Amino acid sequence: MSFLKISNLYKNYGQVEILKDINIEIDKGGFLVLVGPSGCGKSTLLNTIAGLEPITSGEIAINGKSVAGLHPSKRDIAMVFQSYALYPNMTVAGNIAFGMEIRGVPKDERDKAIKQVSDILQIGHLLDRKPSQLSGGQRQRVAMGRALVRDPQVFLFDEPLSNLDAKLRVDMRTEIKRLHQRMKTTIVYVTHDQIEAMTLASKIAVLKDGILQQFGTPAEIYNSPANMFVADFMGSPAMNLLNCRLEGGAGSSLSVILDRPGDQPLALPIKLANGALGAYAGKEIIFGVRPEALTDPDGADRNAKSIAEGECLIEVVEPAGSDTFAVTKLGGKEVVARLRADAAIHAGQKTKLAFNLDKAVFFDPKSQLRIA
Amino acid sequence: MADLTTTAPRAVTNPRATLQDLLPKIVLAPSFALILIFVYGFIVFTGFLSFSGSKLLPDFSTWVGLNNYVRLFNHPNWITALKNLAIFSVLYIVVCSFIGLALAIFLDQKIRGEGFLRPIYLYPMALSFIVTGVAWKWFLDPGIGLEHVMQSWGWESFSFRWIKEGQMAIYTIVIAAVWQSSGFVMAMFLAGLRGVDNEIIKAAQIDGASTLTIYRRIIIPLMRPVFLSAFVVLAHLAIKSYDLVVAMTDGGPGTATWTPALFMQKFTFGRNEMGMGAASAIIMMMMIFAIIVPYLYSELGGKKK
Amino acid sequence: MSAASQDVATRNSIFVRAIIYVVLILFAIYYLLPLYVMVVNSLKPLDEIRQGNMLALPKQWTIAPWLSAWSTAQIGVQPVGLKPYFINSVLMVVPAVALSTILGALNGYVLTKWRFKGDNIVFGLMLLACFIPFQIVLIPSARILGLTGLAGTITGLVLIHAIYGLGFTTLFFRNYYEAFPTELVRAAQIDGASFFQIFRRILLPSSGPIIVVTVIWQFTNIWNDFLFGSSFSGFNSIPLTVALNNLVNSSTGVKEYNVHFAGAILAALPTLIVYIVSGRYFVRGLMAGAVKG
Repeated sequence: MSFLKISNLYKNYGQVEILKDINIEIDKGGFLVLVGPSGCGKSTLLNTIAGLEPITSGEIAINGKSVAGLHPSKRDIAMVFQSYALYPNMTVAGNIAFGMEIRGVPKDERDKAIKQVSDILQIGHLLDRKPSQLSGGQRQRVAMGRALVRDPQVFLFDEPLSNLDAKLRVDMRTEIKRLHQRMKTTIVYVTHDQIEAMTLASKIAVLKDGILQQFGTPAEIYNSPANMFVADFMGSPAMNLLNCRLEGGAGSSLSVILDRPGDQPLALPIKLANGALGAYAGKEIIFGVRPEALTDPDGADRNAKSIAEGECLIEVVEPAGSDTFAVTKLGGKEVVARLRADAAIHAGQKTKLAFNLDKAVFFDPKSQLRIA
Repeated sequence: MADLTTTAPRAVTNPRATLQDLLPKIVLAPSFALILIFVYGFIVFTGFLSFSGSKLLPDFSTWVGLNNYVRLFNHPNWITALKNLAIFSVLYIVVCSFIGLALAIFLDQKIRGEGFLRPIYLYPMALSFIVTGVAWKWFLDPGIGLEHVMQSWGWESFSFRWIKEGQMAIYTIVIAAVWQSSGFVMAMFLAGLRGVDNEIIKAAQIDGASTLTIYRRIIIPLMRPVFLSAFVVLAHLAIKSYDLVVAMTDGGPGTATWTPALFMQKFTFGRNEMGMGAASAIIMMMMIFAIIVPYLYSELGGKKK
Repeated sequence: MSAASQDVATRNSIFVRAIIYVVLILFAIYYLLPLYVMVVNSLKPLDEIRQGNMLALPKQWTIAPWLSAWSTAQIGVQPVGLKPYFINSVLMVVPAVALSTILGALNGYVLTKWRFKGDNIVFGLMLLACFIPFQIVLIPSARILGLTGLAGTITGLVLIHAIYGLGFTTLFFRNYYEAFPTELVRAAQIDGASFFQIFRRILLPSSGPIIVVTVIWQFTNIWNDFLFGSSFSGFNSIPLTVALNNLVNSSTGVKEYNVHFAGAILAALPTLIVYIVSGRYFVRGLMAGAVKG
């Protein structure tokens, strides 16, 4: 049975619909990431789970019980805020213990809990300091400590890493993951960073304009995006989404036809086409291929069942150390290919690129939904 | 992203939660009620009075329509008060702004001792208008003040008796009021000057603009909001001006330095013309609102987006 | 203050700078002159003012005018000096400032952290109330004070000052709390803190500066008020400003300029001391009141 269940949730501010018909559920111990561009409603959704904002209709249930009308402090949740929201006038220990103090927990019990949490997070030496005397990473730890000490049923994280610098963010990400593996508490985590979403989540919910675009495991979201928005939003560099024409008889041998500047159109034969795609034969569709599925022929995935090759004019080469990215133009758009770091390639050169069509996805240009 | 305001969560279950939800409004209510009654209710009350024939006490049994307003605008004392207000407010606003801006620009030239000078320019703002009035009343008094001083220094023909002259007395009030407020305007402009983005100035310097040009073409145009704020504050102080006049001249000589505020006081409580007094107060309020309401509207409206 | 525009100044010639200094110093003299006149002449015997020079230092120093202003000068019909009126002002100012500041803080808290539909209208009406000419409320206020039996009492003045100060105190706290992170309030809600606990434990400890600004603003305004004092005070509740005006403008007897000056300084002293001790906050209050912060 699902531990956190959000069903048919709507939220309006006056006339504006902020969240529309959200349905999400996650098992006990799961790690749910809400991801989307700013303004998509993900933080609002988190706040409604916390009880910090009222919902217009629908239901939120934690552990089988509806939390409607329950004060945030009665929902058995803990929250880590983007700005950490540490009480500036209290010490680190005071911050961690404030909730217990309000609930009337005796001092010695509070001290024990503080000790335990500060050991886990290695902030024991900071307990007497004020938040203003802490670094960003330390504040982050204290904020997590304040949440941990509640030992809640659900942790809520609101973009907790976005105020940290790049390196610290990666470290803290790992730490959160480790913490989750150790505590096994259910987590709901909001971020706009799709890498955070991919690395942390057991389930991802992609939101845009208050509408749930797709809900699934990271692999599902990454490999089988429900629509062009999800395809484009998840993954970096983003998936190449190219206008192409689908040619061939019904079912038999379909080919993707891509325009090339100063050359014949490129035809990529699809071996494993399914029926849904067949219905689009002879029509314009969107062909989606991730940069890592577009490589130099030697670097192509040897386990792939369907690989097509084509000559492309390389316009820009961007060595990134671990890989080399090459930009070419297909179907009237710039296309990024991910080559091996030492691939011998120059701008202005024509070279063969390998398309891993196992990983290719196709979208209806009108509805923007995935066909296959 | 999402609106960052805290809205109390829905309460359906228990009455204690409902109380917590209502608490913010319960806390705000007394203040709001007081403001509604003591400000807006009273404005309405005074508005009604201005259409009544009230003399010594509020009297809502006789209605005189616009008669009080007609009498008001035909009364020489009110005309004098309006003329004085015009002279006073124009000079007060212009001179204060000019001195304020000049001092602010001068102080902004990496002046040694700025920390010493600035408080000196500003301290009059901490004084009561009554104190200011007493100081200037006697300093400008021909018998013991400036005229007397000049003459005792040997400038026998020096004459400065404005405060005793009907035509000129209002200008002495301008002098005292400017003395009191110009330092404050300076502080406003100085804050504005210091808020100008340094990179814009650097860019202008690289473009070869002289200091004068930078001020004239770049910095002062950027001060527009400060000019507006200064104007609103000074205009509103000018229309309300009462204490200073009472302390310096008490409206005299004769009625030469009456202002609308003084008129209201004297007619309502001195001459038992409460209806006319109320009418004059309504006119004063309309003058202030004509300035303040558009200003607040643009300030608050501008902040939302 | 940052020195953003100061870089413009680097290329002034020595001549220009000399002129600037001269102008600045002349203005300093202009601003200081009345204060100097008051102080110097309050320490002279009356004859020396009449015959001598107002700008000259006393030939014969005396503190008699101060003593007279404080305890024996004729004010109205009573030769009691300014002392009882000074006490009246204190009794009026302290509760009025406390009341309006506390209410303003709570209002600001509600208006920023517990927003509700129409809160902007509520705030707009309170803000507009800051700017009304008080003449418009004089008649009804007098009426209400009369009906409640508070006419001519210090309590009545306290109430009037507290109410008409509410707009400004609310404005100050609202603008201050607007910048206070709402996430802290949410964190405290999750920690289970109640409405008042959040205010007392989370917001109030961080409100030091704005409390100082508000208290100074209210103190200065109420101490310096003349209009309400002259309109609503009775025999036993006349505040200092009104008494000073009565002292100076009484038509009877000899004009004791030295006593007037001493009295004026006495009336100015509390606000001047506040200004000298905490000028920074005083200026901030002025700015917040003027430019809406």
